[in-house]
Amino acid sequence: MAKSNILARTGNEAMAEAMRQINPDVVAAYPITPATEIVQIFASYVADGLVDTEFVPVESEHSAMSACIGSAAAGGRTMTGTSSQGLALMAEMLYIAAGLRLPIVLADVNRALSSPINIHCDHSDTMMVKEAGWIQIFSENAQEAYDNMVQAVKIAEKARIPVVVTTDGFIISHGMERIEILDDKDVKDFVGQYKPENYLLNLDKPITVGALDFTDYYFEHKRQQIEAIKDSMPVILDVGKEFGNKSGRSYGFFEKYKLDDADCAIVVMGSTAGTTKVVVDNLRAKGLKVGLLKPRVFRPFPKAELADALKNLKAIAVMDRSDSGNAQEGPLCLEIKAALYDANLSKALLNYIYGLGGRDIKIEEIEKIYTDLGEAIKGSKKPKITYIGVRE
Amino acid sequence: MANLKELSKQKELFTGGHRACAGCGAVIVARQVLMAAGPNTVVASATGCLEVISTIFPYTAWNVPFIHSAFENSGATISGVEALYKSWMRQGKYNKKVNFIAFGGDGGTYDIGLQSLSGAVERGHNILYVCYNNEAYMNTGVQRSGATPKGADTTTAPVGKVSKGKEQYRKDLTEIMVAHRIPYVAQAVVGNWRDLMNKVEKALSIEGPKFINVFQPCRLGWAYEPEKTCEMGRLSADTCIWPLYEVVDGNYRITYRPKTKKPVTDWIGVQGRFRHLLKPENKAIIDQIQAFTDKNWEDLLKKESLSAPAVKPSEAPKPA
Repeated sequence: MAKSNILARTGNEAMAEAMRQINPDVVAAYPITPATEIVQIFASYVADGLVDTEFVPVESEHSAMSACIGSAAAGGRTMTGTSSQGLALMAEMLYIAAGLRLPIVLADVNRALSSPINIHCDHSDTMMVKEAGWIQIFSENAQEAYDNMVQAVKIAEKARIPVVVTTDGFIISHGMERIEILDDKDVKDFVGQYKPENYLLNLDKPITVGALDFTDYYFEHKRQQIEAIKDSMPVILDVGKEFGNKSGRSYGFFEKYKLDDADCAIVVMGSTAGTTKVVVDNLRAKGLKVGLLKPRVFRPFPKAELADALKNLKAIAVMDRSDSGNAQEGPLCLEIKAALYDANLSKALLNYIYGLGGRDIKIEEIEKIYTDLGEAIKGSKKPKITYIGVRE
Repeated sequence: MANLKELSKQKELFTGGHRACAGCGAVIVARQVLMAAGPNTVVASATGCLEVISTIFPYTAWNVPFIHSAFENSGATISGVEALYKSWMRQGKYNKKVNFIAFGGDGGTYDIGLQSLSGAVERGHNILYVCYNNEAYMNTGVQRSGATPKGADTTTAPVGKVSKGKEQYRKDLTEIMVAHRIPYVAQAVVGNWRDLMNKVEKALSIEGPKFINVFQPCRLGWAYEPEKTCEMGRLSADTCIWPLYEVVDGNYRITYRPKTKKPVTDWIGVQGRFRHLLKPENKAIIDQIQAFTDKNWEDLLKKESLSAPAVKPSEAPKPA
């Protein structure tokens, strides 16, 4: 196993550190709270000659992703970072990057979408582009943010699918934590050299990128893309395992926390999973058989694996940090529900919408969810959608 | 520059077999720009006529590397390609000299792509942006753009019982680009191939961002006979509707002076989009277009007179 270095870093610093070690050919980015620091710190690495990267300080996020597409199509390892409205402004180009099968890596610091304008965490930005054809990886803390960024480069280039790695705005992005990072050389070896098969700067073999498909080809090209997304699943697992061999921290599609013998569990992504682990420990100390499942990879959605991990539970609560806008459950809950249906599992399934616009989620509130789950097991609590911590 | 005979033997970098309309001016622009640029060129194009007619899968008319990603971002897309080139050159991973050229129609350049273009040139990328300006959104069926001239009939500013066509004058994008203080800005026209190709060659010899606004008659949107595209282009220059000039480091030089400046009616009268202006009650609009054109030309003459004279090669200082 490779040597580790222990540092105190915020989530943003951890992501910028990963980018320094990855040393991409091009970074094109635009500032937006709370992701600004990532590119700001990275720009200082460029200014100090610590990386070979050409930094393109574009005039909008739309242009950031457009320039990333130009660079990646030209044959370069390419990265960017953004948040919220920035990701929304990029939305058009996110679909194009995925359709062109360009392995761009994007660090997204989750922040609520306007309106009302708000700079704090929820997952509405990432959820808005969940159908864009990108691999989406959520991080619980700064350590995972670093680890996911290093893995993302390798996943994107092997699967030829762009990857977004998210952290929770301010909670992770600005929270200082103890993290372990690999040596520069180990990261360099891990990500390797990027060798594109066809690229614009290969003048000996001119290619046309972004051609027009009519009804006779569009579906075939989309079908190939859909298949590539399916094929990325073993790639994600392989890279997670390989990273584990190097760092001692292995990654899969999700993390199970005291789940295998649990009667009931919460499913939650991002930083709230950390808070929920504390609650699980407290309740376990009282003899309650409770657990947690933390999805890490939201796209592609590991439906069968998740259903298998949840199959022995008597009741499940899914916590969503965004709303679907469909007068039904949040996006994570809907997908969990679909996964259970396909596995012929009918469970008591509660949905909790929490933390919109950075509203704090408290330990007592998570404890109450486990109490609700206990009641659901007894049959005295009917499945419904609950909005936590909001004045009704 | 090569003469016509030599050019006729060059390998076509923008080939025939594309799906443009008969008499399309945009493909003349693409072909002549690439003839001047040569094979070591990467092209980006905005969504629009040029892109949709040249890249219908599985065919392509481009014999050079080509990328299209979206409508409003040709400037940003070519920025990314050029940024990678710089990165690889610095890392010692690449050693060829490459031209980076972006194409956009007037819709993709004057309007939806203006921010992306402005950002790209402000950042100083070593690119040439060529606007093929046909004065409306032709690809979607002749809608008005910021480049559409006053009085023109378009499908979103149509002539009706009370409307006389577009009310506003066109935006002066060439001057907006001059205001960016970039090293090279020019206006050219379809139908004067030597002037256009000279400008492309000159632009590509200069390091930094360059912009050429090529006036491109569109037989569909302007409504004239398809064989008259080049003639229409020359008429645009002869009426001073579209003066041919270049601005090198802020110094103006007119590259074509009509022997006799023709009245704008010579140009208006042969286009279907202005048919309604020929009615006696609309004469005031024609007068306004003539006044606008005269003022524009006089301003240009003044700017040229205030500019440093162009240095002729024979008068250039000899190296010590």
